[in-house]
Amino acid sequence: MTLAVAAFWAVAAVLLASSLAVILTPNLFHSVLFLALALAATACVFLMLESPLLFGVQLLLYGLGAVVFAVFAIMLTERLVGQRITQASRWIVNGLIVGAGVAAAVLGFLAGRPAPPAAAPPADAVAGVARALTGPFALPFELLAVLLVAALLGAVYFARAEE
Amino acid sequence: MGGVGEERRSLPPTSNDPVGLNAYLILAALVFSVGLAGVLTRRNAIGILLGIELMLNAVNINLAAFSRFGGDLTGVVFALFTIAITVAEMGVGLALVIAIFRARRTVEADRLDLLKG
Repeated sequence: MTLAVAAFWAVAAVLLASSLAVILTPNLFHSVLFLALALAATACVFLMLESPLLFGVQLLLYGLGAVVFAVFAIMLTERLVGQRITQASRWIVNGLIVGAGVAAAVLGFLAGRPAPPAAAPPADAVAGVARALTGPFALPFELLAVLLVAALLGAVYFARAEE
Repeated sequence: MGGVGEERRSLPPTSNDPVGLNAYLILAALVFSVGLAGVLTRRNAIGILLGIELMLNAVNINLAAFSRFGGDLTGVVFALFTIAITVAEMGVGLALVIAIFRARRTVEADRLDLLKG
């Protein structure tokens, strides 16, 4: 039991540290690598939440797909400009103040409320999700397919080579 | 339309969760704030997109945590939708960044002021 608590806080520390590194490293490429670490740590959080399905989806779609997207974009813009994009941030103090304010507001909201009693975790999560996606959520699921096709076409259109 | 795990709500609450709901919510709030600060401070459009990704990631933690501690699978379904939509958004966003770079030779957000009056 204490091992699980220690594991949670270790993963949380990794997640927070890598998130901070994402927004603070001057080199954008390192920033993407730290984002991959943060997404992998989030996948571990999903595993602790007894949701192996989300763990797999997170690693495959987010941790690999989105990171590959970002690396491609950096490589393309970097190659075209001929020099490495080092990215200083601006207004760091203002950004940190706003971020800390939002965090304080949410934490203050949480502090005044006791956690509700935990229900039993869903027994067969994967089968339940499959039933939900083909039952009550069938229409949004199909719309998601349409959205993905539209996004694919849009991305190809925007990034096409000029004639 | 009831929740997906509705029939399981009648079970007595078992708290075999070592950490508790609030720890996950606090973690998600902190990650969300970090992402927000990144969106506000990054100069590069790709960096801003990375900050947005962190924020959406924090939302997914919340959805999964509520799903786990509420005993209702709807949160997991919504998290799946969020992940798919975010990846599509990243694809279109980065394609836009590349198109903007071709036209303006920069991806610095402060210098993309074509619509400024």
